[in-house]
Amino acid sequence: MAAETAKVDPMHQFTIEPLLGANMDVAGFNIAFTNSALWMLITAVVLWIFMLGGMKRELVPGRWQMTVETFTGFIDDMLEANVGKEGRKYVPYIFSLFMFILFANLLGLLPLGIVGLHPFTFTSHFTVTGVLAIISFSIVLIVGFWKHGFHFFSLFVPHGTPLPMIPVIFPIELISFLVRPFSLGLRLFVAMMAGHVLLEVLSSFVIDGWNAGAGFGLLVGVPSFLLMIGICALEILVAAIQAYVFALLSSLYINDAENLH
Amino acid sequence: MDMEAAKLIGAGLAAIGAGMAAIGVGNVFGSFLESALRNPGAADGQQGRLFIGFAAAELLGLLAFVVAMILIFVA
Repeated sequence: MAAETAKVDPMHQFTIEPLLGANMDVAGFNIAFTNSALWMLITAVVLWIFMLGGMKRELVPGRWQMTVETFTGFIDDMLEANVGKEGRKYVPYIFSLFMFILFANLLGLLPLGIVGLHPFTFTSHFTVTGVLAIISFSIVLIVGFWKHGFHFFSLFVPHGTPLPMIPVIFPIELISFLVRPFSLGLRLFVAMMAGHVLLEVLSSFVIDGWNAGAGFGLLVGVPSFLLMIGICALEILVAAIQAYVFALLSSLYINDAENLH
Repeated sequence: MDMEAAKLIGAGLAAIGAGMAAIGVGNVFGSFLESALRNPGAADGQQGRLFIGFAAAELLGLLAFVVAMILIFVA
């Protein structure tokens, strides 16, 4: 296999390692405290500190409070534009989702490898993003059936569909609805994983280039390193965009549940 | 053909999909910019739709990446 012969294994960074209680089993499932769980905890703590600094409710906001209020206002505007007035009650959920994913993506990009720590991007695992997507999808289902009852199924038949078209349109709309949590989780997971694999592959070019001699180092290593700097900037952008897209699509799906069509 | 070679060729072919997604994403942002320059006043209101289009185009490229990863590491 190709990955095993390479000197730098680009997939190694996604390995989940148990840190505490590697042998703890509950009903046959291992519940060890892993590096993934550690970084989730770090993300939650950093987010908590970030929010704590901005919730002083000063009349004249300082810089920190201004930053936090910009983020809350941003999510508030997004929900109001996509869902309308009744979208305000989803601000806590969408805001937590957005900030959690944003902080997780950005913390996973920190160059802590220089001091020997290994940042772990838990959003690059489908188990994590899948669960986040399922939470969003459950909210859509619960709100939809709670508010509209079985009328919710009219979501799958757009207004003004001709009668003979209904048997065709209904399954198509149903499948596109059911595929949503899958595509929502997959997008975030693959975007984060692809970025980290790309950085690792480029770093292997730099290392292997210099190991092959100064000529290869100058020819391959230096351009790869310059490209890596650019890709790192792109990754920061992708981290923000993916968090935004996740929150945006969640709010759009909630709009479907709130207002049908 | 050797099974391993076939898998790697398939993974390489799947990379074409990433390039296709690049065309798609470029199209989304290119068209947005083109029309935003014609009517800058309406541009800000369409940012949500811009990112929905971006997400849809990007997802298909990411699926190509998933296919490549499955061929190399799973199949």
